[in-house]
Amino acid sequence: MSKWLLALGLLIMSWMAHGESGMPVSRSISPDINDQASLQRGMKLYVNYCLGCHTLTYQRFSRAADDLNIPRALMEDSLIFSPELAFNDPMHNALEVEVARQWWGSAPSDLTLTAKLRGVDWVYAYLLGFYEDPGRPLGVNNTVYESVAMPNVLEPLQGVQTLGCPEGVSRVLSTPEKCRELILVRPGSLEPAEFERAVYDITNFLAYVSEPSRLKAQGVAPKVMIFLFVFGVLAYLLKREYWKDIRRPGVNE
Amino acid sequence: MADHGINKARRRFLVGATSVVGAVGVVGVAVPFVAAWKPSARARAAGAPVLIDISKLRPGQRITVEWRGRPVWIIRRTPEMIARTRALSPDILADPDSRQQQQPAYVSGELRSLKPEIGVLVGLCTHFGCSPLYRPEPDAAEPGSDEWSGGFYCPCHGSRFDLAGRVYTNMPAPTNLEVPPYRFLGDAIIELGEDGELS
Amino acid sequence: MTAPKREEGQSWLGARFPVSRLWREHLANYYVPKNLNIWYVFGSLALLVLVIQVVTGIWLTMSYSPTADGAFASIEYIMRDVEWGWLIRYLHTTGASALFIVMYLHMFRGLLYGSYKAPRELVWILGMTLYLILMAEAFMGYLLPWGQMSYWGAQVITSLFSAIPWVGPDLAQWVRGDYLVSGVTLNRFFALHVIALPLVILTLVVLHIMALHEVGSNNPDGIEIRQHKDDTGKPLDGIPFHPYYTVKDLLGVAIFLFVFCGVVFYFPEGGGLFIEQPNFESADPLSTPDHIAPVWYFTPFYAILRAANFSVLGLDARLLGVILMAGAIAILFVLPWLDRSPVRSMRYKGWMSKIMLGLFAISFVGLGVLGVLPSTPERTYMAQGLTVIYFAYFLLMPFYTRWEATRPVPKRVGR
Repeated sequence: MSKWLLALGLLIMSWMAHGESGMPVSRSISPDINDQASLQRGMKLYVNYCLGCHTLTYQRFSRAADDLNIPRALMEDSLIFSPELAFNDPMHNALEVEVARQWWGSAPSDLTLTAKLRGVDWVYAYLLGFYEDPGRPLGVNNTVYESVAMPNVLEPLQGVQTLGCPEGVSRVLSTPEKCRELILVRPGSLEPAEFERAVYDITNFLAYVSEPSRLKAQGVAPKVMIFLFVFGVLAYLLKREYWKDIRRPGVNE
Repeated sequence: MADHGINKARRRFLVGATSVVGAVGVVGVAVPFVAAWKPSARARAAGAPVLIDISKLRPGQRITVEWRGRPVWIIRRTPEMIARTRALSPDILADPDSRQQQQPAYVSGELRSLKPEIGVLVGLCTHFGCSPLYRPEPDAAEPGSDEWSGGFYCPCHGSRFDLAGRVYTNMPAPTNLEVPPYRFLGDAIIELGEDGELS
Repeated sequence: MTAPKREEGQSWLGARFPVSRLWREHLANYYVPKNLNIWYVFGSLALLVLVIQVVTGIWLTMSYSPTADGAFASIEYIMRDVEWGWLIRYLHTTGASALFIVMYLHMFRGLLYGSYKAPRELVWILGMTLYLILMAEAFMGYLLPWGQMSYWGAQVITSLFSAIPWVGPDLAQWVRGDYLVSGVTLNRFFALHVIALPLVILTLVVLHIMALHEVGSNNPDGIEIRQHKDDTGKPLDGIPFHPYYTVKDLLGVAIFLFVFCGVVFYFPEGGGLFIEQPNFESADPLSTPDHIAPVWYFTPFYAILRAANFSVLGLDARLLGVILMAGAIAILFVLPWLDRSPVRSMRYKGWMSKIMLGLFAISFVGLGVLGVLPSTPERTYMAQGLTVIYFAYFLLMPFYTRWEATRPVPKRVGR
């Protein structure tokens, strides 16, 4: 019967592996929600550049202060801008939905769960993927989000990118698909490597925000597993002890 | 495994050990389910300290504010009201010196407040939780007692409290009215639910 | 290993309630074949998971809000603001998948050893009814988070009713209580999910176990142990359920919980199979996600539904798909009368039965995989092929089980 189980297991595994593959994105990152320094930088960047439009409705400032080890006074002074918001409130902003509709045609979405909905790789690639496109109303487009309706708010940090051909490839001779490489044409205040780290920090912060309870789960999980292992060993010994009766010759002959 | 005898000691030990570990597991599983009934982060956020401006509260007046879903009274006692409360005989009060834990440790004396003129009380009768009426004058009609010095009168079961929230003797209410934790931020602002360095 | 104190003098309770009789009849003196293998643990595990679902479900109800405006936010409230709410929810979501894994293995055990054959037809039918009701229970529960996948999944499944001739569209609307799936649908699914169906399920569980204990457990050899009893009337090849199978099942429970908690704590989304990505966005009746599929445990039947892309005998493709899908479940009910083999267990059946069961398992898993994936023309051909195999297993069973040569079944359980 073990062959059956093995075959079934293999099938299920190949099936699971398929479930994980998502949208093809060029870069893959692994968030680390235990890296508090990165999360703190990410939160600061988020509050400064993103929160003005994109709320985090399900995330409380106070929860972030606890989880990321940010003192309350510091949080209240430098991260909570709106006077209507209190320390325990969710991370809202003062933007009116109707005003936003008029400006951009649609209200900016809430990003609490975006790292789960689209995946961290997508968020990371998206934030790095803005390029100059005069054909668009806001003058920018994005490599992973065609016809994006959002300006590149990180442009002061990143600088301006355009789409171009890789070095040694001629635009005239090659197909348009090959000439979709992002090239920095005007530097921003950060070096490219620094900027990528900043984008990683924002993405990491959003990964944390999408499931803050993961931190607690990580803390509890090993204890539960060790406990169940010990229980399992005892259950095995108990079972073996009782089943000696059945295996014993004479009892069932 | 050829022997027919059963190792009873080993069996008993294993049954005991598995039972104990299993019982620990059951208790462990119960922890999250019990804890889930505690006030949630939302409830705690709603129960966060509130700031109250009392600059417009005139002598003799009372305002009611909501804190953690309960009414909290703030009264500004006149010198005459203070004198009247202090003059009450301890014999007619159930707990004149506030020995029962119905107030933070830093609130003491006959007036049960940080400042004599400002009284802060949870406006729920300690009997069954009705909200008593404010009858600050001794001649207020309902209480109808010789020794009534003005205070709070609960319409549900007739409990009487003085202007410091102390319950009279032989009342349905067992204890004085509760004083919530609070502190002053300047003269005119009270922070309710937060006592900072005082606690 | 019976409880001696209870045997001597009746306790206060014992004089008023058949405590010791129930204990004896269903545990201490309930004789079970001594040769049950690992496949027999899944029944107890299904009961365990059901208990987990009931308890965590009750706790979720305390913080969940069954309204179109509040449902999605209340799930995040549970995940963030309620203490340990995340754990309780993950136990429930993972429990739903675990229940179906355990049930599918339990049912496969039945197919493998012929546990559905006489005198256990009723056990099988009650079990199948239980499976059917649990599918309804899981489907309704899946709407409650009110995410995009919840919403559109419910939209598609309730639309199945509209394929029924004449009354279909009205019936679908009646089920939803609205022109589309809406807050009204959410309310009634909530009521059915948290109280109506659980009552039916618990009743069926009791009936399933009572019917089983009346006829006794089958075993991997398919030998009827009650035909060989000793002088005192105890089956010679039987051992009391307690303590032998209680300790064995306890070991099964420990191993199961280890795997289960591993998923709950480390992979609660099950790689997108237990909690699907589009469900992290609140339901939007105006936009369908790019790719929608039911939760994995429905996908074999969903693949059969999609496999019908042609019309036959005046039935349009949609109605044909619904009929095939309903037939795929309905045919399981008549299984006891399709198997004409003189033996129960696959161990003594012929090669045709073995091949057919293998093919059936492959078709079921294969259809499950195809049901998760977006459909392409090649996949549709594959699904059609697998659907044919699925039905062939049942429809040809009366023939191959009679024609094939079987091996003689021993009279007694070997060692």
